[in-house]
Amino acid sequence: MAQPTVAGPHPAAHEAHHEELGFWWKYVFSTDHKTIGIQYAVTGLLFLLFGFCLMMLMRWQLAYPGRALPLIGSLLGEARMPGGVMLPEFYNELGAMHGTIMVFLGVVPLAVGGFGNFVLPLQIGAPDMAFPRINMASYWSYFAGGVVMLASFFVPGGAAQSGWTSYTPLANIATSGQTWWLFGMVFLITSSLLGSINFIVTTIQLRAPGLSFFRLPFFVWAQLVTSFLLLLAFPPLEGAATLQLMDRLAGTSFFMPSGLVVSGQLHPATGGGNPLLWQHLFWFLAHPEVYVLILPALGIVAEVVANNTRKPLFGYRSMVYSVIALGFMSFIVWAHHMFITGMGTTMATFFQTTTMIISIPSVVVLTALILSLWGGSIRFTTPMLFALGFLPMFGIGGLTGLPLGLAATDVHLHDTYYVIGHFHYVVAPGTIFGLFAGIYYWFPKATGRAMNERLGKLHFWGSLVFMNVIFMPFFIMGLAGVSRRLYDGGASYAHAQPVLQWNEVSSVGAWCLALAQIPFVVNFFWSAFRGRRVGANPWEATTLEWAAPSPPPHGNFLTLPQAHRGPYEYSSPGASKDYLPQWERLGA
Amino acid sequence: MDIPYTVAARPDTGLNNGKIAIWLFLASEVMLFGALFASYVMLRVGATEWPAGATYLNVPLATLNTVVLISSSVTMVLAWASLVKGDFGRFRLFMGITILCGLAFLVIKYFEYSAKFHHGYLPSTNTFLAIYFTLTGLHGLHVIGGMAVNSWLWGPGSAMWKTDPAHFTNRVENAGLFWHLVDLVWIFLFPVLYLL
Repeated sequence: MAQPTVAGPHPAAHEAHHEELGFWWKYVFSTDHKTIGIQYAVTGLLFLLFGFCLMMLMRWQLAYPGRALPLIGSLLGEARMPGGVMLPEFYNELGAMHGTIMVFLGVVPLAVGGFGNFVLPLQIGAPDMAFPRINMASYWSYFAGGVVMLASFFVPGGAAQSGWTSYTPLANIATSGQTWWLFGMVFLITSSLLGSINFIVTTIQLRAPGLSFFRLPFFVWAQLVTSFLLLLAFPPLEGAATLQLMDRLAGTSFFMPSGLVVSGQLHPATGGGNPLLWQHLFWFLAHPEVYVLILPALGIVAEVVANNTRKPLFGYRSMVYSVIALGFMSFIVWAHHMFITGMGTTMATFFQTTTMIISIPSVVVLTALILSLWGGSIRFTTPMLFALGFLPMFGIGGLTGLPLGLAATDVHLHDTYYVIGHFHYVVAPGTIFGLFAGIYYWFPKATGRAMNERLGKLHFWGSLVFMNVIFMPFFIMGLAGVSRRLYDGGASYAHAQPVLQWNEVSSVGAWCLALAQIPFVVNFFWSAFRGRRVGANPWEATTLEWAAPSPPPHGNFLTLPQAHRGPYEYSSPGASKDYLPQWERLGA
Repeated sequence: MDIPYTVAARPDTGLNNGKIAIWLFLASEVMLFGALFASYVMLRVGATEWPAGATYLNVPLATLNTVVLISSSVTMVLAWASLVKGDFGRFRLFMGITILCGLAFLVIKYFEYSAKFHHGYLPSTNTFLAIYFTLTGLHGLHVIGGMAVNSWLWGPGSAMWKTDPAHFTNRVENAGLFWHLVDLVWIFLFPVLYLL
């Protein structure tokens, strides 16, 4: 890279040094953002699959409570499923770890670590991230956190059982798996911290000449805001994890109330602590975390929509301002998760007001994306199908959140299946569809080969149908008042009887969803080695990552790109083709 | 392939990469300690009784520690200023004093802690001591972290002074920013835990 301001006496010698890297340094302990991005993405996808498997096991117990699970049940051992029947403790383990793994080890690493690392430096025309070695440390810290979480399944008493939220005092008195969970979280928080600093510095400092902030693709904006959320929201959870570790290991009572009775015995802790404090600290992270889950997916969908409608995004600037507003507001809505904790109506009024306010920028972004379709000549490619699926699914997820954000309606719906339906619509057919769109969209850039469209469409339609078969019944069950935390799915409750049959529908949907992922897995591996070879810009896109060769070499660009215009100059009047890439000088 | 703006400032932002990174890191540290201070407030407000710090803690020792740590911040700045002037010898001197001050702080803290344990005051005794040990312990870890970085810059890391002095000076400046944060956290901890 010819850069006048670069320090370093022997760039040529440096280059030659990189040529000699062996397999381990090139593919495993790599500092190249593209390799790290792919490592993050593949690890994240594996964890998504693992978390999905945990949930499929739970769905058996929910559909057929107390019935022995053939084959797999006996493999999991007498301590977890004696005679193939799931124990309640194991069900709780699966529930807690499904949430933890999906959020912290699956979606965030794929959305931020994977797409952020791979795409962001390319989209801003940078040779790599600002701190390549810190970037590698970030991945390996994440990896260590994943190993700790997985290992916790094998400690006495099993993995964490107190939900992904680890509410106290339940988590304080839980078995040792909870301690492992806390240590695992410390690794994951460190990973996010290193990654987010890197992303922010890279975006601010390494933008190509001419690439001003309002010429950045929306994806970069989404990642930038996400990084700020990770940077500032995770440390309080680290503090909270420290306090919970002290409670568990040093016998303190930060989260232990006085006079707590466990199994008929007075708990020996001195008490005087505040169980609600944990919830405040946890949700101070975990609400911004919701936006960490959704913003990268919105960014991906924006890229895919602009590219496949062949027209500029509707209201790009409004979208950018909205995503910044979302970032700020997400720090002051956390207690809408706590309306029925007894924190008081004044607090509830404040937080329901901020929650209604934050829905405005969310709606602006979604509306802008939908209006972007207006008058476009849409290419129904696989990434576009996933993006189009994302829009209504995320819409359902968002709109069903409104009754939860208002304290009066939340009293009835809190902790029911309705809540699960709401956030799964946001994250599963929402975010994960966005991530699939991203995989199909940038796969040619990463591998130099396109994914198969026919298998992709099969994957899309199967996923769309079965996602809805799984999650739509949750709304019905939740409105009937079925609690989300029941080991038997509500079978022992009179009020759940009229809606019990939906458990089985949802479970069958989940298993069919697994089958619908087979075309994706086949497509992924087959296309990586045998897919149709493509050039640098197969989608005829405008943003800078398509100026680099596919796959981009170490250092990314053959010549330093320069940005001459905004990110979405499609179908400009008077242009000779229907797209004007950012890097092409007009008239050239 | 080299990363731009590791040493020189980018013209339109006026900053180099490391400077932005360290400030972002400090922001996250502020959130970490901020959350713990907020927890302190919530626990104290909710408590039926809360001891005055001096009933358990040794105020004169902590005052001495405050002086030690503030002095180390001064020598840290002098170490950086020496590099800016090109005087590597004085950098070694001042950085050495900074590290020794950090060590002195930890030794004094060790005596404080052992006195508590000797009297049977443990984190599990009451919530005040719990938050005291947690906050000062976490701060102590930061002191150790800062000392590790400073020692590396004093010893093996200082080889960079010969090859790339501007880069090395930036590193010392950034390490100094972190050291000032560690100092600043203590300046909040001291009145909150010992005096209020």
